[in-house]
Amino acid sequence: MAEQSEDQADAFFHALADRTRRDIMRRVLAGQHSVSALAAKYDMSFAAVQKHVAVLEKAGLLTKLRSGREQLVSGDVAAVRSVASMLAELEQVWRGRIARIDELIASDTDQED
Amino acid sequence: MPVTDVRHDLDNLTLTITADFAAPVARIWQLYADPRQLEKVWGPPTYPATVVEHDLRPGGRVTYFMTGPEGDKHAGYWLVTAVDEPSSLSFDDGFADLDFNPSPTMPVSKNVYTFTARDGGTRATYVSTYESAEQLQQVLDMGIVEGASLAINQIDELLAA
Repeated sequence: MAEQSEDQADAFFHALADRTRRDIMRRVLAGQHSVSALAAKYDMSFAAVQKHVAVLEKAGLLTKLRSGREQLVSGDVAAVRSVASMLAELEQVWRGRIARIDELIASDTDQED
Repeated sequence: MPVTDVRHDLDNLTLTITADFAAPVARIWQLYADPRQLEKVWGPPTYPATVVEHDLRPGGRVTYFMTGPEGDKHAGYWLVTAVDEPSSLSFDDGFADLDFNPSPTMPVSKNVYTFTARDGGTRATYVSTYESAEQLQQVLDMGIVEGASLAINQIDELLAA
């Protein structure tokens, strides 16, 4: 179980650690897009965009639906963190800053000693 | 750990963090008043910050960029809205392009920092508010790598303990 959630976290961070994929997520969270409509937005090949979509799909962040010749992509809102977990993440950023402040002021005292 | 309280206000999309530091208020104020100290605490070690402009007066701007592990640069700015040295500082924090023009489509948070003397040290209260959940999401998407590396560092610390 723990290993499974670790794998999930890996897939999740890997998927979002890319600017194009974050941009794709923003678009498909706002509404359904076909892969070809997405591909038209980027200065890269259809195959490259399709690959990005596949990474996001594997991480469970979006779902693909076939409609005739088109593949329609939607962001999975449930998979995307709730406001509560978003605030929790922001808290981590803040905790990092506060820890750095604490280290910096502690180093003042070291120098005085 | 100096963090003493964290409040998540889901309705108002506000994060309030309280921390007690073992240094007088004037020392904590210095962290924000001195750009060289601010850059030491603003960005994480993996995304160090460089402060460019630094005008800590109402209407003034503080501009900075953060440099990622692959040399990628992410710029931001503060628009200072109120200053009461050394006890409080208010500013809007937003994203910018690398010439520090604010990005109109990117979220802006409203921040109020308050510092009060307490037991020979300082109680710092940091309040950040976003306008919408979408904006909050966008900020986190931008900072996801920062968040991930912090989380990993914490795990490492835990394992080392």
